[in-house]
Amino acid sequence: MDWLDQQQQYFETLQNFGPRLWDGFLLTVQLTLVGAALAFVIAVILGLMAGSPNLWLRGPARVIIEFFRGTSLLVQLFWVYYVLPLFGLTLESAFTVGVIALGVNYGAYGAEAVRASLTSVASGQWEATVALSMSWPHKIRRIIFPQAWALMIPSLTNLLVHLLKGSAIVYIVGLNDFNWELDQLRRVTDAWFSYAFIGLIAYFLFALLLTQGMRLLEIRAKHRLGQGPTIREILSPTPKMPIASAHPGSAPLVPGGKAPGGQG
Amino acid sequence: MPTPTDPETPVIEFVDVEKRFGSNTVLKDLNFSVRRGERVTLIGPSGSGKTTILRLVMTLEELTGGYIFVDGEPLTHREKDGKRVAVSAKEQKHLRTRIGMVFQQFNLFPNMTVLENIIEAPIHVLGQSKSEATAKAHSLLEQVGLPDKANEHPMSLSGGQQQRVAIARALAMDPEILLLDEVTSALDPEVVGDVLNILRTVADTTNVTMLIVTHEMSFARDVSHKVMMFDGGRVVEEGAPEKIFSDPTHERTKQFLSAVLRDA
Repeated sequence: MDWLDQQQQYFETLQNFGPRLWDGFLLTVQLTLVGAALAFVIAVILGLMAGSPNLWLRGPARVIIEFFRGTSLLVQLFWVYYVLPLFGLTLESAFTVGVIALGVNYGAYGAEAVRASLTSVASGQWEATVALSMSWPHKIRRIIFPQAWALMIPSLTNLLVHLLKGSAIVYIVGLNDFNWELDQLRRVTDAWFSYAFIGLIAYFLFALLLTQGMRLLEIRAKHRLGQGPTIREILSPTPKMPIASAHPGSAPLVPGGKAPGGQG
Repeated sequence: MPTPTDPETPVIEFVDVEKRFGSNTVLKDLNFSVRRGERVTLIGPSGSGKTTILRLVMTLEELTGGYIFVDGEPLTHREKDGKRVAVSAKEQKHLRTRIGMVFQQFNLFPNMTVLENIIEAPIHVLGQSKSEATAKAHSLLEQVGLPDKANEHPMSLSGGQQQRVAIARALAMDPEILLLDEVTSALDPEVVGDVLNILRTVADTTNVTMLIVTHEMSFARDVSHKVMMFDGGRVVEEGAPEKIFSDPTHERTKQFLSAVLRDA
């Protein structure tokens, strides 16, 4: 039997396997999206705490961040699944276990991105909030975070793709995610077909979808800060004006920096 | 115990103020006071501590020694049983809402429109109603010559226009004290006059106390009641602008003025 015939046979197998594979893929999508949502909430809370001037907030945040960054996702997964029940905390669903482990692990990484972007907001912006006597929650919510948001999206995008790929590890607590189903497919076909072809393409396309979605969020966030074009202008097949002049003489390259060719 | 000594309580009083950055002493044994409605300009070479004085009053820098009083009340520390004790955050905020500042780099919030920049603090810090704050903002925009820019994005304005919005934003808080920190230094020469004229009008039509750091000597001469010449963190000479500019007594002042005025 030559190679081509074999591939054809594999595709027939794939048809029988389709529903299982699709269910696995959906589980991976759910784990990624729900895990990322939890990670984002944790990242924002820990990131704000770590960026706070108050030692009683900053200290605990640092300990939590370093702990969850410093231990592996696999170990955390085992902890949530096998060790927490010893303390009387049993999570019935393996999905919840997976989401929690992904959430705390990537949340800790995300917290660093949040904290770093808060400190990257131009010092003049912080000073203006002092000069206007704004309280800390007020200035963070209304002034600083909206600007930090545009800065943190690229880092969060990286983490989101990592989280997608990291989610493959949950098969270890008995979840039949996409990676696990691919392994089942490999048993009846071969590693090349299952992993390097079907798996690679599916993971890649989903990751691409996520990064492009995040890119649109970033464009929108920057446009709201007066930097760069709107999403509509970007997606338009016939740009009405060159991107650089969408906001004449405005967009600072560096937050708080001077506009290129600034009109004084 | 250091208490305000002037019989009619000064708006700002510095008592034995010292400011160090690490081992670098920027201000030492500084004593001066500013009366209500008085406009005082600080001149001197860069690094002489002028801007630091404004930043201390705005609580953007931490005082390392001595006391600052605003309306006779301690701004950062008070003396209690022979020790310097920090005032409460609440006390400080209470005083700080009477102080406004305009920065060299404008520091408008890029995530808000011009109008939102102006009404944000009056609504959320002073508790004004939205309609009240908006009406005031429109009249201030009129005053600074930008009545049609309320819904523009700050980043789409020129530097001179941004600075005029920043002045309106500071005035919207009805400050007793207005700190002007080199407000024209980042502007194109041709728009400097517009911004200074607006400030002249503010000086003529209100009783706001002003503490000004500027390199615009003609502006200093026009608006100030008193000019203080700084060098090396100390007051070298002070007096009425006519006296300082036309007949300075101190050699250092003569040197400085001849260097600055030669360029003018």
